[in-house]
Amino acid sequence: MKILVVDDEQDIRFLFEQKFRREIKSGTVNFSFAYSGHEALEYLHENSQKAVLILSDINMPGMSGLELLKKIREEKPAPPPVVMMITAYGDQQNRESAMMLGADDFLTKPLDFSQLKEKLNKMV
Amino acid sequence: MLFIAILLVFAIRYLRKVLPPKALGRNWDFYLLAGNVAAITFFVAYFIFNQLDLLFALLCYIMVGILIYRVFVIPEWRIARPMTYSILPLAIAMMAADITQAFAFSFYESAKMYFDIAFAFGVVWAFILGIIFRNQNKALETEKQKLEEKEREIAASEKVKAMLEGQVAERTTELTRQKEELQKALEELKAAQTQLIHAEKMASLGELTAGIAHEIQNPLNFVNNFSDVSKELLDEMKEAMEKGETEEAKKIMQDVIDNLEKINHHGKRADAIVKGMLQHSRTSTGQKELTDINALCDEYLRLAYHGLRAKDKSFNSKYKTEFDESIPKLNIVPQDIGRVILNMLNNAFYAVSERSKAEKAAVNEKMKTSGENYQPSVILQTRNLKNEVEISIMDNGNGIPENIREKIFQPFFTTKPTGKGTGLGLSLSYDIIKAHGGEIRINSVPGESTTFKITLPYN
Repeated sequence: MKILVVDDEQDIRFLFEQKFRREIKSGTVNFSFAYSGHEALEYLHENSQKAVLILSDINMPGMSGLELLKKIREEKPAPPPVVMMITAYGDQQNRESAMMLGADDFLTKPLDFSQLKEKLNKMV
Repeated sequence: MLFIAILLVFAIRYLRKVLPPKALGRNWDFYLLAGNVAAITFFVAYFIFNQLDLLFALLCYIMVGILIYRVFVIPEWRIARPMTYSILPLAIAMMAADITQAFAFSFYESAKMYFDIAFAFGVVWAFILGIIFRNQNKALETEKQKLEEKEREIAASEKVKAMLEGQVAERTTELTRQKEELQKALEELKAAQTQLIHAEKMASLGELTAGIAHEIQNPLNFVNNFSDVSKELLDEMKEAMEKGETEEAKKIMQDVIDNLEKINHHGKRADAIVKGMLQHSRTSTGQKELTDINALCDEYLRLAYHGLRAKDKSFNSKYKTEFDESIPKLNIVPQDIGRVILNMLNNAFYAVSERSKAEKAAVNEKMKTSGENYQPSVILQTRNLKNEVEISIMDNGNGIPENIREKIFQPFFTTKPTGKGTGLGLSLSYDIIKAHGGEIRINSVPGESTTFKITLPYN
């Protein structure tokens, strides 16, 4: 499963790579990383192998996660990716905004990886 | 003898007319009435019997005498004195004639002419004085009326005065009440202001909390998850060692070391955020003291520059000071103003450093020729203005876009990437400068330069 993680925190890559080291090794998941909304869009445009799941932070400099979500939903790539929003702002307003824009799920920081893995297993 | 009866009637009528009831009293009012009746009876009897008894005449004389005596002795009767003066000679003349006629008739007959002359003189005297006193009385009456008029006017003005005083008292009460109401309103306003300041602080705290939540949750995400995964890795390392897979164990160990470094880094990041927040919310307890602004600027310039150099070895920038030596010592909280200068200098060095990186990247991509080398530069300048000192921090960095200039003093607003700035520096600086009665102004050309001008009043 191709997963694109979008977050302006560079260390997110190491964290995901370590947390999913077994899955990566076995080839069940394949992670790509983008550090801004623009980078994520570029990645989506340039890669023919489409990401099935996008995990995106909301609060990022430049294009925010919500703007990215809006753009993805406007561009309607086929097949439509599952988008999960991740944010430190776990308030209801953010959650509602994300859901209104077409997010499939909403996770809050600090990330609960066992919960995330459960969700991914369900998707698989 | 008839005349004394007429005189008595006249005198009694006159006294009853001029004397006030209080002066007469109940008794004398009765006596005078009785005397009047007696005199009239005497008068009527004379016309019926055409003869007069000497006794009656004497009675009349005694009564006239008593009346004259009282007029001269009783102070309340004094008002009747003028008229008494006018009738006294006539009464004496009549009495002398009557007594002489009764007891020495022959003498009376021989001297009748003198008695008649005396009588005539008494009548003329009484008449003239009567007229004079009448006129005087009239004049007095007029004066009295005028006096009464004046008294009425005075009474009226007293009434008006009393009314005005009443109004003044009423108005004073009203004003006092209004003053009290205003005082109360002022107190309420002060309380409201205090509440507003408190609310503002709470709102600010609310804004801070949202920012803090984000700023803290991000490093916490790494601290929690890296420590969690490190534990897993250590278990794996243990397994590998037990299996004798030393290389694998070493690899895992390196990952754990890297993780611990990251945990440490993100822990410090959270610590910096909390410290910044505490600095921001802290009410300055610092004491003001006379400070050499130029020395303070110089000290913090070195601190900023060397601090940045220690963190980032690749960082390099020119810096220059232009100090106005005529600036007197300023009464400020040196730590607070120092923090402002440090913050502005850090921003300036950050701006030139970012532009330098961008320029280098552009050169590397051959977008620019090597001849257009960018020279990062920061200038710290002080100027002695008339009533204030101006501290300018100028950099030739990327500049501040117009659309964010108003936001840069808001807490947690930052253009730096996550983890590089808390967004509290300028907000804190703004509060400090305002607390010193000064101002901060920005002048920026996007893509070229930024100048922050801080003014601090001498007083």
